[in-house]
Amino acid sequence: MIWNEHHECMGREQLASLQGERLRQMVERIYFNVPFYRQKLQEMGIEPGDVRTVDDLRKLPFTTKQDLRDNYPFGLFAVPQSDVVRFHASSGTTGKSTVVGYTHNDILMWSEVVARSLTMAGVTKHDIIQVAYGYGLFTGGLGLHYGAEKVGASVIPISGGNTMKQLQLLEDFGSTAIACTPSYAAFLGESIRDAKLDPSKIKLKAGIFGAEPWTEQMRTEIQQLLGIKAYDIYGLSEVIGPGVSMECSFQKGMHIFEDHFIPEIINPETGEVLPYGELGELVFTAVTKEALPLLRYRTRDLTRLHVDRCECGRTLVRMEKCVGRSDDMLIIRGVNVFPSQVESVLLEMSETRPHYLLVVDRQNNLDTLEIQVEVEDQFFSDEVKVLEGLRKRISGNLTSILGLHASVRLVEPGTIERSQGKAQRVVDKRKLS
Amino acid sequence: MIIKQLSVFLENRAGRLTELTGILYDNDINISAFSIADTTDFGILRVITGKPELAEKVLKEQGFAVKITDVIGMVMPNKPGGLHKALQLLTDNGISIEYMYAFASGDGRATAVIRTDTPQKAIEVLQLHKMELLKTGDVYQV
Ligand SMILES: [Zn+2]
Repeated sequence: MIWNEHHECMGREQLASLQGERLRQMVERIYFNVPFYRQKLQEMGIEPGDVRTVDDLRKLPFTTKQDLRDNYPFGLFAVPQSDVVRFHASSGTTGKSTVVGYTHNDILMWSEVVARSLTMAGVTKHDIIQVAYGYGLFTGGLGLHYGAEKVGASVIPISGGNTMKQLQLLEDFGSTAIACTPSYAAFLGESIRDAKLDPSKIKLKAGIFGAEPWTEQMRTEIQQLLGIKAYDIYGLSEVIGPGVSMECSFQKGMHIFEDHFIPEIINPETGEVLPYGELGELVFTAVTKEALPLLRYRTRDLTRLHVDRCECGRTLVRMEKCVGRSDDMLIIRGVNVFPSQVESVLLEMSETRPHYLLVVDRQNNLDTLEIQVEVEDQFFSDEVKVLEGLRKRISGNLTSILGLHASVRLVEPGTIERSQGKAQRVVDKRKLS
Repeated sequence: MIIKQLSVFLENRAGRLTELTGILYDNDINISAFSIADTTDFGILRVITGKPELAEKVLKEQGFAVKITDVIGMVMPNKPGGLHKALQLLTDNGISIEYMYAFASGDGRATAVIRTDTPQKAIEVLQLHKMELLKTGDVYQV
């Protein structure tokens, strides 16, 4: 099922011309309504009339999270406050939160893309959907809520937490779909198992999970625990919220709703636009947004885009699951390395998340990479050959994933420094000297 | 006949072993026998003690990676051929040894601590040939 066949299956050329027209209008709007952008464009010698096709996008300036912080709270809004019908905000881990605003039309557009997303997961008006994302300043709850109503599904706005209530409604209402974070889905599944609920009373068939990174192993685990098909949804509040992209039933990446969000992949170091298939930082231009239209917003998420035709019939590009954050990228002997790659290798080899640290150094003018891994109970054997075998296996797996030799040192539990519960992942000694 | 051996993961860092023996001392835990298997980066300390569960608990609390491993203690006369005869028995019965270490007890006898994947079978073979085995209760005396 496809919610909006016209826009989701549009020919690529036709799509490009629609994007070009929408981009032209957007640049005009921000040029005249957002002083920040007018100044930036003027500095670069660009006038609204210079933007005619979607290919002109690469001439335009980027917007960063810092720009949003510098213009906190409403400095980048393109409409008067009287036209704003809703705010959301992300809790910043550092400094001020990021505030986003929506006009009435923005809410309609958001509902539309979430409706498309839910349709990809097979949700229809015959479904009962439990929206277990948090409602509030976070975009998850209300974003899914409006989209589910647009589809015509019966929405249970239960919000996050309160697991006993979640289980009770799953049973009593016979919810057929659930939307929440993947970690909460796994927790719910374990709770169902532990509470020994009658599996025949759980009618769930689809789960729409996002807002945090998750692995294929987690998908398998959640699918088994809940007896559902688990779908990945992607979004970020600066662009709109959940519903920027979503997996179809073929699950070969997430289709980006390009008629609203134009994606680019750039080299995070140089800003240069990279071709399809190459790994780089994902950038979005939300061409139809009214309240907060961000030009080339740098998500800091690293991924690849694929444009080859999907079996579902949609022509929209697909983005891979993000492999990490551009802020975390290390360049070691010319190879791009992300701590998340190390984490995924280690996660595949153990049941629990191990503590690890990347130590980058330079010896005889050559970069070296050592991965320290804490030996916790799941890894510990009292036989040297088993531990040595483990060390070599980790090293071999890392070397093949990273494309770079990584030596592994096994260290005692608790030796890798933790700050405020969050572990430090990288020590780059090259910068110290 | 199965003896509970304490195994601890240790990084090769100066003073680390001393910290560990200090913790055991503070908790009044005696070390009856021990060995260290080491590589360039890390070592595995193996300890025979009268209080393996307590030792496991206090070391875990201090953040060590610890596990209890089943081993057997083979008591032999401390004279030429004593060890050889015992090992020959195990080899003849297809029992492979992952690791072992031995100590003399001063009364004309010696004890070999043996780690094998098939401890029950080893015990049967040794008992069948009237070999003396270390019992849990004996650990306090060795
Ligand atoms: Zn598809």
